[in-house]
Amino acid sequence: MDFMLTEDQGALRTGMRTLMERRFPRAALRAVVDAVGDAVGEGTAGGALDRSLWRELGAVGFFALRLPQAVGGVGLGLPEAVLAFEEAGRALLPGPLVTTHLAAGLSATGLSVAGAAAEGKAVVTGLDATGATATTGATGATGATGATGATGATDAVLVEHLASADAVLVLGEEDAGMRPAEEVLPSAAAVRSVDPATPLHRVRGETRALRQRGTAARLRREAALLTAAQQLGSAARTVELAVAHAGERVQFGRMIGTFQAVQHLCASMLVRAETARSVVYAAAITEDPGDVAAATLLADEAAVRNARDCLQVHGGMGFTWEADVHLHLKRAWVRAEQWQTAAAAEEELAARLVLTGAPCL
Amino acid sequence: MDLSCTEDEEDFRHRLRAWLAAVLPTLPPRPDPADWPGRRAYDCGWQRMLHDAGYAGLHWPEEAGGQGATPTQHLIFLEETERAGAPYVGANFVGLLHAGPTIAAEGTAAQRARWLPPILRGDEVWCQGFSEPEAGSDLAALRTRAVREGDTYVVSGSKIWTSHAEVADWCELLVRTAPVNQDTPKHRGISWLALPMDAPGVTVRPLRTLAGTAEFAEVFLDEVRVPVSHRVGAENDGWRVTMVTLSFERGTAFVGEVVACRRVLESLARTAKTNGRWDDPVLRRRLGRLAADCAALWRLTQWNVSEAQRTGGVPGVGGSVFKLRFSQVRQELYDAAAEVLGPDALDAEHEWVTGRLSSLSYTIAAGTTQIQRNIVAERILGLPKGR
Ligand SMILES: Cc1cc2nc3c(=O)[nH]c(=O)nc-3n(C[C@H](O)[C@H](O)[C@H](O)COP(=O)(O)OP(=O)(O)OC[C@H]3O[C@@H](n4cnc5c(N)ncnc54)[C@H](O)[C@@H]3O)c2cc1C
Repeated sequence: MDFMLTEDQGALRTGMRTLMERRFPRAALRAVVDAVGDAVGEGTAGGALDRSLWRELGAVGFFALRLPQAVGGVGLGLPEAVLAFEEAGRALLPGPLVTTHLAAGLSATGLSVAGAAAEGKAVVTGLDATGATATTGATGATGATGATGATGATDAVLVEHLASADAVLVLGEEDAGMRPAEEVLPSAAAVRSVDPATPLHRVRGETRALRQRGTAARLRREAALLTAAQQLGSAARTVELAVAHAGERVQFGRMIGTFQAVQHLCASMLVRAETARSVVYAAAITEDPGDVAAATLLADEAAVRNARDCLQVHGGMGFTWEADVHLHLKRAWVRAEQWQTAAAAEEELAARLVLTGAPCL
Repeated sequence: MDLSCTEDEEDFRHRLRAWLAAVLPTLPPRPDPADWPGRRAYDCGWQRMLHDAGYAGLHWPEEAGGQGATPTQHLIFLEETERAGAPYVGANFVGLLHAGPTIAAEGTAAQRARWLPPILRGDEVWCQGFSEPEAGSDLAALRTRAVREGDTYVVSGSKIWTSHAEVADWCELLVRTAPVNQDTPKHRGISWLALPMDAPGVTVRPLRTLAGTAEFAEVFLDEVRVPVSHRVGAENDGWRVTMVTLSFERGTAFVGEVVACRRVLESLARTAKTNGRWDDPVLRRRLGRLAADCAALWRLTQWNVSEAQRTGGVPGVGGSVFKLRFSQVRQELYDAAAEVLGPDALDAEHEWVTGRLSSLSYTIAAGTTQIQRNIVAERILGLPKGR
């Protein structure tokens, strides 16, 4: 047993971080955010994706990371994907990264859009037709308790980046499939998204055109985990932002980082981030649904609570549009609603407690 | 990132499992928690069985009488013994997890030969005399004085919260060997001594805990004579020696308890199913969240053990991250137990109620939550030193 990263995994993470710093620096994030900020009120979903960056991500293998080398993929596994998504989360890279990555994995099925997704030429967003998730707060979340009475098909769900997307990955109860975005868009209503970098549309649940039989559970699980990885990246980043600010800002003649109240906020943030890290990485190795549920819960908690504490450490500056803290918080809120809600994850884990023979620790 | 065990490790696990299955049914009934002599005898009997089977001091270096096992094997050992419901290390806690490793790391050959074998055999029990009435969190402010007279230290002062002092043979004692002044800041003048608890001048007065039992004690030291040869490490270097000790305490001391938490949680769920509380979604979700917390504690443990394995044994500051989360989760777990129990949560004899009471100490003992946060902020995050 050696839970820590291998040298190659460390190098992958460093490489991703360098790419993010070069191709999506803070200025790029601010450009996206401020463009949307200016467009607020015009009824648009805003936030067009940077297609050239998307293609660059495709070129370095971000979407084809887990495809076999024989079909032009990188041939790595879920742990490596988690490290890459953690870095994307750290940089607050916008876009339906998870669903494009998952769509690329369907290329063996001959879906042409899957091949394009793998290369970063297609943008694929996602829609969870069970109504439980997929960027939605819709009622009817069922969890894994066996109660499958959700009437998802009629509930509205939220879909991210629909206007920029080429295709929509639709997850049904059991099956998954792809639909052209232009087919979904006409019946969708733009929502003024809380996160300026994640445009949202409200869409009626959609279960037609499901072709990939029996893949939905796996895709949903992977989607939840890769989303949790992004939450982890954001949670770790807000610790850094808080510590940096605490080491600079002076009040009462000394750095605020010398105040124990501030130190303790920062310490609690680190504990949350490291706790989340341990389960997210473990879930990437085991792919066990219980581990994924734990990863979802703790990563959501870490991202949301850390962003709040980071905002507090920033004082009035934290409440401004200029500080990046609100962007972490808003994205964390969006991601916390995606794929597996806290309620569903908790129910899943509770159900496992009474399952005899379920793996314990 | 690899969580799998090697064939050797799996072999080790299976042999251990088989051994546990054979010996556990032969154990005498557990003594009453308030009966310390009974607990000592029980815990030492178990330690002797471990010793005879080759499991004592598993991860200690061979030159210290241990088995030189890898951190992973040690983890498997703690996991399997807890899972099988084997006795807890109990009265041997300080000796095995604390004083022993410190003597192994910092003691002379003669000191190792004198003190380590009886710890491993379960013949001698140790306690920890660090805290004092005026020096708890601020450990370096301790005042118990040791004045040197030739080959002897004459020790006077008092210690407090000393767990199971009544039944201990030895005490790892921190004393002041140099007065505090401009040249000697408070943590420079401290030394680490092995105090025989039966020495003339040692008085132990048990203190009653909030659980109603005597778990710890006050220890009064009145001109107690301790040979200089009982000092581990150099004179006035006891603080550094202590830091070695504390890193052991925070690193691996709670591994078995994480497994225990998960076991308690599973039985909470089973009980809730039978008494109808399971139908309450709020409670159910709360138990689900606790399952995530237990999983995380286990993964953090594996992370820390992997780190220790890579860095060669001494656990790092990462133990503070674990301790902060663990102490909080443990208390939340027993609060949830009280919800499952309903009115039975007021029955002080119920196992979970005793567990709830003892969980209250976890945010205090071995460094309070606040002190741990200071450590994380200053030593891990590198924030400027607070005042
Ligand atoms: C069950 C149990 C068993 C124990 N066993 C042993 C043992 O065997 N041997 C031994 O030596 N000791 C033992 N202890 C003692 C334990 O280590 C101390 O109780 C602990 O370190 C706290 O010290 P204190 O009790 O003096 O509290 P104090 O230091 O007086 O703390 C009181 C409060 O002030 C806070 N505080 C203090 N300093 C700071 C600071 N700088 N910043 C922020 N907050 C601060 C604390 O967090 C706490 O909330 C045991 C304690 C318990 C509860």
